Amino acid sequence: MEIKTAAVSMRNITKTFGSIVANNKVDLDIYKGEILSLLGENGSGKTTLMNMLSGIYFPDEGHIYINGKEEVIKSPKDALSLGIGMVHQHFKLIDVLSATENIILGLDGKLNIKEASKRIEEICNKYGFEVDPAQKIYDMSVSQKQTVEIVKVLYRGADILILDEPTAVLTPQETEKLFNVLRKMRDDGKAIIIITHKMQEVQSLSDRVAVLRSGEYIGSMKTKETTITEMTNMMVGRSVTLNIDRPDPVDPKPRIEVKGLNVRSSDGILKLQDVSFTANSGEILGIAGISGCGQKELLEAIAGLQVTESGTIDYIKDDGTKETLIGKDPLAIADMGVALSFVPEDRLGMGLVGNMDLTDNVMLRSFRQGKTPFINRKPSRKLAAEIVENLEVATPGISTPVRRLSGGNVQKVLVGREISSAPTVLLTAYAVRGLDINSSYMIYQLLNEQKKKGVSVIFVGEDLDVLLELSDRILVLCSGQVSGIVDARKTDKNEVGMMMTRMGGSEDHE
Amino acid sequence: MNEKKKEPLFHIVKRAAIPWQKALIIRAVAIIMALIICAVVTTITTGIDPIKVFQSIFVGAFGSARKTWITLQNTAILLLISLALTPAFKMKFWNIGGEGQVLIGGLAAAACMICLGSKLPNAAVIVCMIIASLVAGMIWGVIPAFFKAKWNTNETLSTLMMNYIATQLVAFYTIVWEVPKGSGKIGIINQNSNVGWLPQLFGSKYLLTILVAVIVTIFMYVYLNYSKHGYEISVVGESENTARYIGIKVEKVIIRTMLLSGAICGLVGLLLVGGINHTVTTTIAGGQGFTAVLVSWMAKFNPLTMIFSSILIIFMDRGASEISTSFGLNHSYSDILTGIILFFIIGCEFFISYRLQFRKKDEKEGQ
Repeated sequence: MEIKTAAVSMRNITKTFGSIVANNKVDLDIYKGEILSLLGENGSGKTTLMNMLSGIYFPDEGHIYINGKEEVIKSPKDALSLGIGMVHQHFKLIDVLSATENIILGLDGKLNIKEASKRIEEICNKYGFEVDPAQKIYDMSVSQKQTVEIVKVLYRGADILILDEPTAVLTPQETEKLFNVLRKMRDDGKAIIIITHKMQEVQSLSDRVAVLRSGEYIGSMKTKETTITEMTNMMVGRSVTLNIDRPDPVDPKPRIEVKGLNVRSSDGILKLQDVSFTANSGEILGIAGISGCGQKELLEAIAGLQVTESGTIDYIKDDGTKETLIGKDPLAIADMGVALSFVPEDRLGMGLVGNMDLTDNVMLRSFRQGKTPFINRKPSRKLAAEIVENLEVATPGISTPVRRLSGGNVQKVLVGREISSAPTVLLTAYAVRGLDINSSYMIYQLLNEQKKKGVSVIFVGEDLDVLLELSDRILVLCSGQVSGIVDARKTDKNEVGMMMTRMGGSEDHE
Repeated sequence: MNEKKKEPLFHIVKRAAIPWQKALIIRAVAIIMALIICAVVTTITTGIDPIKVFQSIFVGAFGSARKTWITLQNTAILLLISLALTPAFKMKFWNIGGEGQVLIGGLAAAACMICLGSKLPNAAVIVCMIIASLVAGMIWGVIPAFFKAKWNTNETLSTLMMNYIATQLVAFYTIVWEVPKGSGKIGIINQNSNVGWLPQLFGSKYLLTILVAVIVTIFMYVYLNYSKHGYEISVVGESENTARYIGIKVEKVIIRTMLLSGAICGLVGLLLVGGINHTVTTTIAGGQGFTAVLVSWMAKFNPLTMIFSSILIIFMDRGASEISTSFGLNHSYSDILTGIILFFIIGCEFFISYRLQFRKKDEKEGQ
């Protein structure tokens, strides 16, 4: 029990992308029958390191030993033949195929769906997965898709599993289920590496943690023998405080009033049902709910991006007059003088343009300014430089395409732009998803500053701990309905968690 | 224990941005290597001295003042079509209907020359031709754009099909207007009165096209890089979701951009019919609507770079005709040489973005 064999030893691994050193002389050991959490801030090189192990990148320098033998991993196929499988943050599945078809896709040998389905069921039973092999991917929830990805690598005989932020898209319940499966796999002698930002998860799941900082290996320790504070300090390189501020709302007045809102998706599914609430100025209204419960539709309806079926959304001006937002597109809303900012969930696919540089991205909101048919980049350049400086965006310069920035820095650019227009309403969807601790706290701080300025902040979040600490009130959504609005100072995780899963009302709730 | 597998001989590493001088050297090396391979292939397959082949390629393109002018004029036409396609491409609207848009513009110009030639004064006919060809090109461009914007139909198919319609329309009117009857062609229109013939600038019949190309190049460069429209095109091309999020009306941008794209193609049709050929045939665009796709891509949608890529294509094309006559080689032989050169030019882009890192010798002993 004490002396375990190292399933993987990475020695002296270096990888550069152009002038950026993603990994610098990293040493890492992974043992069988162990769950290792790989910690590090955004851009610290965790994913790069794992991509080298799974054959997506090839290291510039260094050696990889699998079960004590030096190996050269040139492709994902090499990695798989060595028993290394990676579950990526973004699923690589084909929507129109079934689970089984996706799992056996690309494998050599005869195509035998029946036999494959049988083996898949065996794997599922062994570890406690719930997958219907015949179900099509497009019919699946995010967590089911993830299960398929995990079964896929197991089916291919992987005994070294890498999971890149697997819980980012899961509800607390789904996460717990996943963790149980992972623990079973560990007990079965598999080596598991999990990349995550959520410290609570690290503590509850992993046996050992390894920390990377700016591409360098800082150290590793047993989870039992460390604390969240110690791990965080190692990641960041200095000590950080982990308390979220919550200033009291100053003079809250109704700002956004939603009444009886119904929204149907393009394929006719009711996404929001009779949603009514008021968001006040100078307050952070948290929105909790299992992912896909209508949060996206709600924010997009307010922002003028979602067609609504019935109901009203009113913007209440300082003098008490109401402006209706329903049926207006973002441009029309802005033209009415409503300063509404929106940090959408899909940062690079909606909030920003990945291939454009910082200046052009900052310009997205303001390019129409001026009467000439030409654009004036000067103010945007200035604003971009300000955002880079004030929000400590790590970037080679303001003419770097934003897709080259790491997740946290991308989000800083987006949030920076959205608050630069002095909004009166700020909508944010999963503002800290995938962000490291340092960046997350910076975002919380920015939101609090907006709140103090009297902005009505609507914060859709997934981490209940954060929602409870940051928000003034929490609106809980359950399958597109409001299951309640609670005072965040008086409620607890348990109550909100119950409301999140309670269907349609309170009758079946004890 | 330390049984070592063979490490790959080299692996690919992404480069940081490299200085333009170095990029230029890589491209120059690529062209030199392409010429060497061309020479070797020529010697092996035909036994002709490759130096002589290269010489005659050059002679074909720039051998005399007239040849140089024609090379420049053809370059201008190809460049114009490429410029027309570029805004659509930047929007990720794959307009491969340049051929049809040029043809229909030419047909509209020819129709004005034939139908109005004897009724209106020359200046009025030319004004009508300009309007007619621009509008015809716009219609051909906007039909696929409308369907794309409204019902998200596949523009690659619809623009391609519009090409066939244009070709058939030209074929139809060739019969209607054929001179003399039964000849199956229209012949030179208004040969005696020269009505509808675009004016010569400074006594040169080539200069007008070239000048138009220069103006459109500058316009397109400014339009794409410094105008609000150009910015909207880039945003729509990169992400329609982002465009909607900031309130850009995607449908409007698609339609507006294809109007512009079609109008410039129509303009090319006007130049070909009214300025250069003074007749219309089904092959008047000569496949350049498709070659322009290549030119635009090779230049990475940069109007200024497009000047060079179109010169290269025309240079090889003109040189090709020359070697096919002077050495009795088939015209397709020059296509082989063009293919080799393009292979190297496009291939060298890889070495500009990536470098190969070779296995280090000393690593063998390392542990």
